[in-house]
Amino acid sequence: MSLDIQKIRKDFPILSQQVYKKPLIYFDNGATTQKPRVVLDEEIKIYTQENSNIHRGVHFLSEQLTQRYEDARKVVQKFINAPNDHEVIFTSGTTESINTIAFSFGEKYVYEGDEIIISTLEHHANIVPWQMLCERKKAVLKVIPINEKGEILLDEYEKMISPKTKIVSVNHVSNALGTVNDVKSIIEIAHQNNVPVLIDGAQSIQHGKVDVQELDCDFYVFSGHKVYGPNGIGVIYGKEKWLNEIPPFMTGGEMIKKVTFEKTTFNELPFKFEAGTPNYVAAIGLATAIEYIQQLGLENIVAYEKELLDYATQKLESIEGLKIIGTAENKVSVISFNLENIHPYDAGMVIDKMGIAVRTGHHCAEPLMQRLNIEGTIRASFSFYNTKEEIDKLCEAIMTVKQMFG
Amino acid sequence: MSLNERQNEIIEEFSVFDDWMDKYNYLIELSKDLPEIDPKYKAQQYLIEGCQSKVWLFADLEGDVIRYSADSDAIITKGIAALLIRVLDRQKPSDIMNNELYFIERIGLQQNLSPTRSNGLLAMVKQMKLYAMAYNAKVGK
Repeated sequence: MSLDIQKIRKDFPILSQQVYKKPLIYFDNGATTQKPRVVLDEEIKIYTQENSNIHRGVHFLSEQLTQRYEDARKVVQKFINAPNDHEVIFTSGTTESINTIAFSFGEKYVYEGDEIIISTLEHHANIVPWQMLCERKKAVLKVIPINEKGEILLDEYEKMISPKTKIVSVNHVSNALGTVNDVKSIIEIAHQNNVPVLIDGAQSIQHGKVDVQELDCDFYVFSGHKVYGPNGIGVIYGKEKWLNEIPPFMTGGEMIKKVTFEKTTFNELPFKFEAGTPNYVAAIGLATAIEYIQQLGLENIVAYEKELLDYATQKLESIEGLKIIGTAENKVSVISFNLENIHPYDAGMVIDKMGIAVRTGHHCAEPLMQRLNIEGTIRASFSFYNTKEEIDKLCEAIMTVKQMFG
Repeated sequence: MSLNERQNEIIEEFSVFDDWMDKYNYLIELSKDLPEIDPKYKAQQYLIEGCQSKVWLFADLEGDVIRYSADSDAIITKGIAALLIRVLDRQKPSDIMNNELYFIERIGLQQNLSPTRSNGLLAMVKQMKLYAMAYNAKVGK
């Protein structure tokens, strides 16, 4: 079955906006995805008809919404094929998810001289929490190198793992280049050495089926707003054995079992990691978004986005002086590029004025830019609601940029 | 010409453009006319680091006025620097400190002023005013 893109576009109210009196072309899906009307309606419905703080309330609304929040957890559980719903923890987003694991795992298992492995492709959010942990514990951060195409060098990684390695944390998909990493092999190699692996799924969750059991990852994290859900909600999937072993990150609220001034005991999973009032509205909104894309069919989305990627790659490659940055064999629908002798910022300013939203700069991956020896790139990231006609418009805009700055 | 007369002149020039592309083309032209910065000031210590483009800014006192020079690796940013220099160069430190740069909003560049736009405009204005404050203290002595 193929997708009816024009019909789908009507599900996303923002796509009919105009910017600078031109129809909006939204190619900044890597930064955040737009929300279908069902998600927006769901959130309004909760606030107008169902709102009440969840858990521990004995009244009707509280019990009803608690049930819906826990149902949302089950939707996420099935979506990523987690074995148990208590292995799914709601956070505010990927950044909080990684910080939680870096702190909690680090507190329990990381000591002076230990090593933590990340890759050159990481977003700052998957670098800095580990750096902070290393500073706190006097541990060492190791970085897996990449090749010119923007692919992780697995053999280098294998050599890097040592008895001192405590955890590996890599992204599934690079936000800056679109590279799909061979995380299955990364996890296998780590597990042969009894090292757990965290996968940063912020850029993969919206582009295809994720099965945490098949991957056998120890932790998988992602954000709701990058998978057509609301802002302010994210997920940690963690294997039960780890989540039970490591201490909580934040304390207070539902994560407490019993408090006296002498001692506090913590609640069971998943509540142990959900301190304070969770963003239950966004959690339910995320479940609605997941159900929406499941209705479209993940395999349909993957196929169509591949078509967009191939089309855009071919069109952009034919522009003289345009260089695609990141040419991995396996990519999602994200294209980073530079124009010869034109600063990405200049290009971005002009492309913007033509109604096209792209991102320019280092994409919060400064070390990667340094490795590639570039200041930054222009990044167009496509979603299933984008069209080939929009890609044609981007190419026209690039020709204008070339004329202006050439 | 006073600082505000120069601002008004720029507002007048920009008033003929009804399209962003014309404004950008004009900024590109201005960037080409910006006198080159002495290479020795194109160094790390004169760099105003915005998120996306690099801006080098130097200021010196010449008599009782400030002389500014700047450069950027992005052309639009360089054009904006050229506008700022046109308004503030050869002005007295006290005038630079005490006058509002209202032309930025009037020509539609205010969207570049938010701290996160990071084209260095805000940082440039701040740095230019800081130089003025420093030299004002010196002139006052």
